[in-house]
Amino acid sequence: MIEVENVRFKYPSGVEALKGVTLTIKDGEFVAIMGQNGAGKTTLVKHFNGLLKPSTGKVRVDNTETTKASVASLSKTVGFVFQNPDNQLFSETVEEEIAFALKNFGFAEETIEKQITWALNLLSLTQYRKTSPFMLSGGERKRVALASVLAWDPQMLILDEPTIGQDHEQKEKLRQFIVQLQTQGKTVVIVTHDVEFVAECNPRVILMKEGKIVADGGGKEILTNAEVLRQSSIVLPQIAQIFVHLTSLGLAKDLIDIYEAKEILLRVWRERAR
Amino acid sequence: MAAIETKNLTYTYPGGTKPSISDVSIKVEKGDFVLITGPSGCGKTTLCRCFNGLIPHFYQGELKGETIVSGKDVAKTQTHELAKHVGLVFQNPENQLFALSIEKDVAFGLENLGFPRAEMRERVDWALNLTGIYDLRERSPHEVSGGQQQRVAIAAVLAMQPEIIVLDEPTSFLDPMSAQRIFEVIYELNKTLGITVVLVEHRLDLTAKYANHIIIMDEGKVCSDGETRTILSSEETRLIGVGIPKATLLYNLLGKEGMRLGSVTPLSSEEMAKILLEVLESH
Repeated sequence: MIEVENVRFKYPSGVEALKGVTLTIKDGEFVAIMGQNGAGKTTLVKHFNGLLKPSTGKVRVDNTETTKASVASLSKTVGFVFQNPDNQLFSETVEEEIAFALKNFGFAEETIEKQITWALNLLSLTQYRKTSPFMLSGGERKRVALASVLAWDPQMLILDEPTIGQDHEQKEKLRQFIVQLQTQGKTVVIVTHDVEFVAECNPRVILMKEGKIVADGGGKEILTNAEVLRQSSIVLPQIAQIFVHLTSLGLAKDLIDIYEAKEILLRVWRERAR
Repeated sequence: MAAIETKNLTYTYPGGTKPSISDVSIKVEKGDFVLITGPSGCGKTTLCRCFNGLIPHFYQGELKGETIVSGKDVAKTQTHELAKHVGLVFQNPENQLFALSIEKDVAFGLENLGFPRAEMRERVDWALNLTGIYDLRERSPHEVSGGQQQRVAIAAVLAMQPEIIVLDEPTSFLDPMSAQRIFEVIYELNKTLGITVVLVEHRLDLTAKYANHIIIMDEGKVCSDGETRTILSSEETRLIGVGIPKATLLYNLLGKEGMRLGSVTPLSSEEMAKILLEVLESH
């Protein structure tokens, strides 16, 4: 469980990026943190594994205050995948990249081997096992960074902009993978601008603006609230946009799922054709 | 004369075991807004590097075939000469920015071409305003966010007002509304100044509506090439994992159920809503 209590955070430059944030993320929850550039999203999640410590207020991970634990020990519970993979990758081969943290955590040789094979397979990277991460495309490097964190199987996973540069198929795989993690009771927090991806996953959504939380609720509820989204520089998902224009037909506006939309439209069409 | 034409282009990076692009023959007409998409690693970025001469002048490797940009054979034209015709915005803005201030970064290309001071000032301010970073002009490009760095990289290319702009996932770090604004600006320039635009993007939800021409790549090859609405309404598009816009997908799904929605495939939610209103209200 992650508990954030009245957290304020000021960077050395003097910029106050968090201006009093309180929230609780329970075990097994799937949360998307959204908001415009500079809203404080990344600053907030960097508090979850102790990369940043609050200027005032408290952050507790499984009842341990982050100021009283090292980033290394917190990382074993809270895996963090950065927005820009180039800030994370440094090894000569993809395999070594994934092995690095596993070795540091002191796993046995055979476990390391097993975990590497599992993670490579999961993220469709097996063919690049001996390749340098820097020979890969932007989207592929992103998956290597994700594989290297997944490999040690943390209880909570923080993904900063996981869908950037990912094609449709990889996004769908990521979505299914998050669902799979959910069934294992893992906590997943994503920071994202990708409204269509969030609409497909329908997680709890937390909207941030200027260092504060401005909305917190179910995906469908938040992603169909045009007013609150506009304030956070987020556009409505395309299905919700369509239904905004259909109010004259007396249809509900709170739709984000394409298959649900299809059923409703077919029903209306058949009723009217009668 | 086409803005960009490649003929049987095949390229392998140094040390690469197989070509990153193979036998690519495409034609981009002057004034086109072209979307290039396809699975990650399919060769989109590599193809863009051929347009401004990074391949073969900067990246060695093995190149076969031809690239003609604004009537010039890229392999035989120096990169600074090509830079007058084609501007490239990279995927990762950090690779592109280097000056001490954002303003200097945006002015760099013009300085190199020896533009008079007054005109340079005017063009730089114009580009800074269009991309919404005028107030940041005195800051260092390295102390602003990834999204703002992307705006700087775009401004630097716009300031040059080249005939062709090539953008490789230029707004991936920007929030959706800012991304939309940038795409609107680029679309405006395409319409009003006739600048040819080549845009590499996965997010067709945001961008399909601007493009008159789409090229879909897979494993280094071109697998679909043509008018946007035609390609996005065809069956095979879905098969190779292209995330077609939800509005277009909904149109295709309803069509399969026998709902007659007219023959013009929608590319945006506005177009789809209009079609639905016409069909459902007429009943």
